[in-house]
Amino acid sequence: MNRPNSDGRKKNRGGRLFWQSVIARSYPRIIGQQREKSWMFFDVIMPLGSVIAYVLVYRALNAPEEYVGFVVIGGAMTAFWMNVLWSMSSQLYWEKEQGNLALYIMAPNSMMSILLGMALGGLVATILRALAIILLGSLLFGVHYVVVNPFELLAVFSLSMVALYGMGMMFASAFLLFGREAWAVSDMIQEPVNLISGFYFPIKSLPFWIAAAASVIPLTLGMDAMRQLVFPSGIRFGFLSTQLEIIALSVLSVGFLVGAKLLLDYTEKLAIREGRVTEARR
Amino acid sequence: MSNTTSEATRSEVWRSFKIAAWLGWQITSNWTDPFLFMVYSIIRPIARAAILVVMYGVITQGNFSNPLFPYIYLGNAFYTYVFTVMNGVSWAVIDDREHYKTLKYMYVAPIRIPIYLLGRGVAGFFTASLSVFITILAGVLFLHVSFDPLQANWLLFFVTLFIGVIMLAMMGLVLGAVSLLVVRHSGFLAEGVSGVLFIFSGAIYPLEVLPKWLQPVGFAIPITYWLELMRRSLIGNVAQAFPTLARFSNMELLAILVGLSVLFGTISVFVFRTCDRLARERGLIDRTTNY
Repeated sequence: MNRPNSDGRKKNRGGRLFWQSVIARSYPRIIGQQREKSWMFFDVIMPLGSVIAYVLVYRALNAPEEYVGFVVIGGAMTAFWMNVLWSMSSQLYWEKEQGNLALYIMAPNSMMSILLGMALGGLVATILRALAIILLGSLLFGVHYVVVNPFELLAVFSLSMVALYGMGMMFASAFLLFGREAWAVSDMIQEPVNLISGFYFPIKSLPFWIAAAASVIPLTLGMDAMRQLVFPSGIRFGFLSTQLEIIALSVLSVGFLVGAKLLLDYTEKLAIREGRVTEARR
Repeated sequence: MSNTTSEATRSEVWRSFKIAAWLGWQITSNWTDPFLFMVYSIIRPIARAAILVVMYGVITQGNFSNPLFPYIYLGNAFYTYVFTVMNGVSWAVIDDREHYKTLKYMYVAPIRIPIYLLGRGVAGFFTASLSVFITILAGVLFLHVSFDPLQANWLLFFVTLFIGVIMLAMMGLVLGAVSLLVVRHSGFLAEGVSGVLFIFSGAIYPLEVLPKWLQPVGFAIPITYWLELMRRSLIGNVAQAFPTLARFSNMELLAILVGLSVLFGTISVFVFRTCDRLARERGLIDRTTNY
């Protein structure tokens, strides 16, 4: 709903303001990448380095060729995990350090729209990087894909991203509340998640209860389902059926988005009541 | 008179190193309690080792008695030093310049800047040593890594470790020198370089797995020989299982490692002096890129 401002211009409110804020926050992420192409190089080459190393380990072990494809898919998904960890979860902490967080909280838009904008911008920018990793990895190691069910693949990917970025939105508030060393938390959980989510091997290889517990991280089930849907023998390595994984990812998506909203409301309340959440403590 | 000058120089070098090591340790560790810091220090290398263990276990159906397993496991464990030490030295430039904004004060203080930067890497050495120790201990206790402390060549181990850490610190100094000049991505330098070296040094697979035309890169870098010597010092029989460097005796490998380390060390000093001079001339010491 628009109302005229004191200077005669119309100002946005409600849903219009919400989506305007989403677009405004996603804009620098998408446009920034076009202006700073060297980021693309680092974001593609660094995960690709891990992909090459792990593929060569499988080659040294004379592993079946499917595993090479699993590593390439895992390497591409790493781009999303890194983006969520460093540019979503830690983002409010960075904003606080730079002095923007107080402005975000004071502004008339909802904080949820800021987080959603960051997520959408990050997602679009990261899709390009992930595609580049898949393309280069597949060309380097001759990986072949056979998409069994493109609709299911699209559903799995979309739900994985909604749940993953929802988790990132929730973590953004949580990391802000943890205190001043958000980077240490990000650094600490990066590799353990690579391990328990099965970035470089089928999650079925882990004991059932560990794999089940790791399924709380959306990429665990997302990657498992995608591997089943793009490799002919992938179903042999699947942890659960893809249908079940789609249901679980839907539940995770709703859960993380609601969690993000609740935690964000709590953070905002705390920021107003105690006036310390936005305080940079160097 | 010259004795007094050299004593003053020695004292300045030692003071620079000692204070930098203490400062580096405080910055690295004082953000949390000691227990959480220990968990933080070891969790990443342990997780990385566990990824390789699962990959190996899945493909070999849990046959951990194959010599390839300790080869991979120990190579990966010792590689922890590569990133941690290099990053410890080079990150000091970024940390002091961008975060604490104290690099210019360090430059005007009566200390030796290269020695100061090398001292900042000491904290990385200690945290890496802790994680390497725990990773190897876990391998011996739970994964049948065949290591007998009585059979290990401890003299070779400590000599190799000492040379290797100096070599890595000098490589870190090069990255620190480059960080003085570059505006963008200097934070990724150590990670990027250690990632590339990880592929070529045969840390987690024998060099024969690389395409033939890429193998000479592996033979040209000192880390390849350092990792081989570290493995041989702890479990000598692994060397016989892989043809990569089997034709070299321990002494020959040590000579190659020393030779390459001296070469890289000399290049490091030259690169640091050049970058340092350029940074002073261009007024880059106190700049903040906010990148």
